[in-house]
Amino acid sequence: MDIISGLWQGFMVALAPYNLLWCFIGVLLGTLVGIMPGLGPAATIAMLLPLTFKMEPATAMIMLAGIYYGAKYGGSTTSILLNVPGESASVVTCLDGYQMARQGRAGAALGIAAIASFVAGTVGVLGLMLVAPPLARFALTFSSPEYFALMSLGLAMVVLLAGKSMVKALLAMLVGLWIASMGTDLFSSTSRFTFGNMEMLDGIDFVVVAIGVFAIGEVMASVESREEGQVLPVPKGLRNLLPTMQDMKDCRFAFVNGSVVGFLVGVLPGAGSTIASFLSYGLEKAVSKRPEMFGHGAPEGVAAPEGANNSETGGALVPLLTLGIPGSGTTAILLAALILWGLRPGPLLIQDNPTLFWGLVASMYIGNVMLLVLNLPLVPAFAQVLRLPVYILYPLILGVSLVGVLSVSGSVFDASMLVAFSLLGYAMRKLDYPSAPLILGLVLGDGMERALRQSLMMSQGDLSILVSRPASAIMLALAVLILVAPLARGFNRWRQKAIES
Amino acid sequence: MKKADFWSGLALAGLGAYIVMQARAWDYLTPEGPGAGFFPLWYGIAMIALSLVLVAASVRGGGEKRAVDTLGPTRALALWAALAVSVALLKVIGFAASFALLTYAVVAFLYGKRWTVAAGVGIASAAAFHLIFAVALGVSLPAGPLGF
Repeated sequence: MDIISGLWQGFMVALAPYNLLWCFIGVLLGTLVGIMPGLGPAATIAMLLPLTFKMEPATAMIMLAGIYYGAKYGGSTTSILLNVPGESASVVTCLDGYQMARQGRAGAALGIAAIASFVAGTVGVLGLMLVAPPLARFALTFSSPEYFALMSLGLAMVVLLAGKSMVKALLAMLVGLWIASMGTDLFSSTSRFTFGNMEMLDGIDFVVVAIGVFAIGEVMASVESREEGQVLPVPKGLRNLLPTMQDMKDCRFAFVNGSVVGFLVGVLPGAGSTIASFLSYGLEKAVSKRPEMFGHGAPEGVAAPEGANNSETGGALVPLLTLGIPGSGTTAILLAALILWGLRPGPLLIQDNPTLFWGLVASMYIGNVMLLVLNLPLVPAFAQVLRLPVYILYPLILGVSLVGVLSVSGSVFDASMLVAFSLLGYAMRKLDYPSAPLILGLVLGDGMERALRQSLMMSQGDLSILVSRPASAIMLALAVLILVAPLARGFNRWRQKAIES
Repeated sequence: MKKADFWSGLALAGLGAYIVMQARAWDYLTPEGPGAGFFPLWYGIAMIALSLVLVAASVRGGGEKRAVDTLGPTRALALWAALAVSVALLKVIGFAASFALLTYAVVAFLYGKRWTVAAGVGIASAAAFHLIFAVALGVSLPAGPLGF
């Protein structure tokens, strides 16, 4: 199927009233969770995932992806008005966005953020549409050894950039692999790590771990402080939210920069939107004719990172939808969603489920338009969300989390596991263990073990099969290089500096 | 010595040892290929090795002179305890009542609001959740003696 006919089919799916409605709900929820500090897209998607089980996979994917990219739009509002990032990808927007707001230009800053997000978000979808199908066709040549190597490479990338300590990131990933092993081994019917509990025979549901670690762990960390920030006022009326012609002229390179950098970083597993926004900001400042303005309210200092973190979404969906390899916590949850809906993420996904892939691509074009409309004239209304008292917000998150887990199995045992994993999530935050490698280890653990065991069955136990095939050998060599490189002091200093910045 | 790294490293080394012990009880290789113990054995060994690296690094790293904040973690653990009690009560009093109690505890004790405010927020939240999830969306939630 070529791109034009695929896209045509996609628009037929995305423009169906039911899908339009769920797309709107997704981007609206995404904007809201992006605005709320402490509640990110990963937690929200994990909480709402069980409610999508009765939906068509294409519809559910349209809605969940809407939350994912919608949150990127919403995150800028909190950065600009409160100097607190609504989500991690909007950290860098605080630098110039908040300064613009303090200078009475909150409207222009919000407008630039929305326009940059729209331009770069659309470019990201374009990139996804053009890159994913040929990459999927190439990946059709992969067999078990290549898949094992690919998953090892993906995990190595995530570990490299997940936290200051690679040892802790690796340990978090190993704990994820351990949790993935719990339950009945499908090759030999052996029950593993069930602690003699019948309810553990099916293993631990991914949703329980994701909600516990991301959503409740985050609420526990947020509840430590009773302080609430002061929100700067948002000018009313669309005219006051539109940037000037001079602003647009100043930002024209930033729109391109954010779009390209964001997409390229998104395709790399592990890098993520936070790194995309920092790289794009750094590049913008490096090539600017007035770098001294950065940090003091430069509009391009808002446009570049906001564009990058939106374009990154399209890039991040490329490895997820073509190889079945997620690059971040949020895409790991989307991968789990695809599996829970009965689909097989990987190179055959586009071929076997064109409705889902092209419907998603088309819905992202539509969703970006919806978000532009929502985020320009309605941003003063969204900003009111920031005035919602946290003593109401946090119990609501706890309630949605509990309902999310109970709706998967109706089992109170799962709810008690949620309690345990929320404590694990909080402990990981306090002890500086990154949570993304744990979630990725959990999601990929089963597939990784299966690929390894199938490879060794193919070779009758000979491990050299993993390095005797060129693609597998290259990917494993890269994975080893990524894990060994930080032993070189210079490289590790660069890595830590990148993460700290 | 970085105490947090030292103790978390030791705990993870213990977990790694447990994984290796369990894995050794399962087949490592079978005539068909690797057995149930193959993969856990290797990641268990990796976990022990990495944990010991962390422990060693924490011992070599020198002392930590950081002001210890006890109030923040106490608040977080109080929230967690309230959640744990609420989950324990799910089968006894149902979702709506246990969620109302959880909300009451957060609003009244963690945020120090008046009991009337806390009770109002608790009852309103529980009613909204029941109407949205149990009634409108048909999600099966544990019911208490009153049927909800």
